[in-house]
Amino acid sequence: MQDMTADSLREVTVGTGAGLAPGAGDGQQLGADMVLNIGPQHPSTHGVLRLKLVLDGERVVSCEPIVGYMHRGAEKLFEVRDYRQIIVLANRHDWLSAFSNELGVVLAVERLMGLEVPERAVWLRTALAELNRVLNHLMFLGSYPLEIGAITPVFYAFRERETLQAVMEEVSGGRMHYMFNRVGGLKEEVPAGWTRRARAAIDEVRRRLPNLDNLIRRNEIFLARTVGVGVLSAEDAAAYGASGPVARASGLDFDLRRDEPYLAYGELDVPVVTRTAGDCHSRFEVLLDQVYVSLDLASACLDRVDRIQGPVNVRLPKVVKAPEGHTYAWTENPLGVNGYYLVSRGEKTPWRMKLRTASYANVQALTKLIPGCLVPDLIAILGSMFFVVGDIDK
Amino acid sequence: MVELPGVLGEPIRFVLNWGRRYSLWVFNFGLACCAIEFIATSMGRHDFIRLGVIPFAHGPRQADLMVVSGTVTDKMAPAIKRLYDQMPEPKYVISFGACSNCGGPYWDSYSVTKGVDQLIPVDVYVPGCPPRPEALLHGILRLQEKIAGEQSGLGGVNRPDPLAGAGVAALTAPPVRAPE
Repeated sequence: MQDMTADSLREVTVGTGAGLAPGAGDGQQLGADMVLNIGPQHPSTHGVLRLKLVLDGERVVSCEPIVGYMHRGAEKLFEVRDYRQIIVLANRHDWLSAFSNELGVVLAVERLMGLEVPERAVWLRTALAELNRVLNHLMFLGSYPLEIGAITPVFYAFRERETLQAVMEEVSGGRMHYMFNRVGGLKEEVPAGWTRRARAAIDEVRRRLPNLDNLIRRNEIFLARTVGVGVLSAEDAAAYGASGPVARASGLDFDLRRDEPYLAYGELDVPVVTRTAGDCHSRFEVLLDQVYVSLDLASACLDRVDRIQGPVNVRLPKVVKAPEGHTYAWTENPLGVNGYYLVSRGEKTPWRMKLRTASYANVQALTKLIPGCLVPDLIAILGSMFFVVGDIDK
Repeated sequence: MVELPGVLGEPIRFVLNWGRRYSLWVFNFGLACCAIEFIATSMGRHDFIRLGVIPFAHGPRQADLMVVSGTVTDKMAPAIKRLYDQMPEPKYVISFGACSNCGGPYWDSYSVTKGVDQLIPVDVYVPGCPPRPEALLHGILRLQEKIAGEQSGLGGVNRPDPLAGAGVAALTAPPVRAPE
């Protein structure tokens, strides 16, 4: 590799088949080091993450993720919304785990206000959070094979998603953004017979999940594309602050549901799915196995909900004000640790609400993982980091 | 734009519009939550392929319809304009969801474009945050009705460009700062 001076690098924006294109001017081929922009809009990535790659032929020399195409200024907007309105924005930064996002906000505010949440609401929240986790994982279980060429799994994944979304919709009215959490509990009591229907849907999903599992987990082509590709060591995962399925696939045995229980997780036995290989395939397997775990947890919570009577929320004053102080509430979101650092000056809006998102930390590892890999592997690695662009850019 | 020769008349116009409305190769400009609902619409349960919407366009150059689904940010705006300009005529745009209609819940954000119609002409707006898949199906049906009624020739319909005169340079202009 020759020295990379500023003028020896050309920046080219090209699509498929770029390797065939002649180089500019001096007759050189693109085989020399070149800067390739993938994204922000590119069919092989999901979302609008832009990668600036320096390529030596098919091999990636360096990779710089350029974030910010989805930056919507949520943190600043939190400061001009009251605590009820914040939930609207909070569940939109990671649009695949809306319920878990709103959970973090209300946990932080409840802690500052010293509110006791009714037991029935706690268990309902836990059940819904686990269902939301399944919904999130199913999206990636479908889209990841799709990105590396297996089209069929996504149809099975969406069939299961629609089944569970119907359950979530019945309870909250929303398919994606539930807005079901309130400070002090939940919006309202669940419809009569909902737990029975939810349990039936969970059983149905559990019964049909092998359709997806058998199709892809041991698929020869899928294994060839993912095993040993994009290995993230446990040290690197920890150093970059990766969390969730991505870190657990590297052997970083950390799950807030078990290690710092919130909601009702303390009373549940949460099996933490881990792998040690740290490659794309183990990240996918962690996701797949977590779906089974979360389905079991959700039905266990629903059984408990049926045995608990009582209210699902507390009476709040007309204007919700968090007393002066600060707190940090973190939850194990489907994609990793999601935290809200809330600073209140005793007003009805927070003075500052800092967002710590899982995807932002997880994509940092890309700069470590991608250099040295081939361009086709790049897509496999990118997809296996399981990020949501809104969660990166906030 | 090529005017349809008068001799061809109404039957040819009908056939052209009929062909256009039922083979809409769609380019999904997926940006945020709405993109997930767009994908849900293309899956088995809602299945917009039965309406002739084909989600396999390899890029804007092969597409007839662009669905802008999600929050358009000022940083993203030049890319949207550029990809829209790459689409061949006749081309249509569906703005899917509150964010791309008007900014939606990010109406007061410093970094969000308040509606994709500030950049490109929009044919159908689908409201919702995010809209249900059924809403997108309805939007597609309304677009098809609109195409059926077009008095267009071979090159499609001329639409006013919201940025006419301003140029793409306006999209990349540095932010205006208040004087110290």
